[in-house]
Amino acid sequence: MPLLTRWFIRTSFVYLGIALAVGILLAGQSLWSSLLPVAILFPGYIHLLTVGWLTLLIFGVAYWMFPKYSLAHPHGSDVLIWAAYILLNLGLVMRIVGEPLDNLRRDAFWGWLLVFSALLQWLGGIAFIINLWKRVKTK
Amino acid sequence: MPRLSVWFIRASLVYLAVGFTFGALMLANKGLAFNLHLDHLLPVHMEFLLVGWMMQLALGVAYWILPRYVKGLPRGNETMAWLSLIFLNTGILMMTMNTVFNVTWFMLIGRVFEAVSALTFLLVAWRRVRPSS
Repeated sequence: MPLLTRWFIRTSFVYLGIALAVGILLAGQSLWSSLLPVAILFPGYIHLLTVGWLTLLIFGVAYWMFPKYSLAHPHGSDVLIWAAYILLNLGLVMRIVGEPLDNLRRDAFWGWLLVFSALLQWLGGIAFIINLWKRVKTK
Repeated sequence: MPRLSVWFIRASLVYLAVGFTFGALMLANKGLAFNLHLDHLLPVHMEFLLVGWMMQLALGVAYWILPRYVKGLPRGNETMAWLSLIFLNTGILMMTMNTVFNVTWFMLIGRVFEAVSALTFLLVAWRRVRPSS
């Protein structure tokens, strides 16, 4: 299993663990809603599962298992794929932190943090797609 | 990788790109509130990423990688598998039309197409889920 696949898969497990912990907070929100407005964590919870867990897991396995790009560069461009890993994770963490804080105290800083989070995640996704596209082939 | 899997997986990557684009626009809009109507993209964002990207990718990879039949067509009835691809994408597009034109019938028909696609694929692949020979 290539190094980057291990990074993708292990990181996805970390997000799964965090998502499950947030899920516990959300499930018990009636018990502590007076202390913490945990409902604002819901969009982050969904994206921890769908982007952090599922998408990173899929990306890691696809990078490993899909047909080779060439003998010299079996996984395609290493630069693109590392960029995808870093941008997606940076963007997702910014969202998980920034979105609840933006809900609590709306100011320009948290608003722009969400914009940068959106941009980084989008760039990460597109970088991965560009790299994988060439490897989706009949032979 | 068989040609049908190439179509399934490339289509899934297109939905991933568009779904991510809609998601990024909505998240940025949450931060800066530059367009009041962008939240209407949420159902399409979810449809493209859950059905268009994840479900379609899973079907494409399953068609490629499940154990093949020893006798007859190695991956089962290819025509039915192609129909599954067509039904699934018709269903997703009908669901999208529902968001654009707000006609409930599109959503109903879209979901029927998606269910028929899954059923068609199930008929093709069911017996391929077995111990490797």
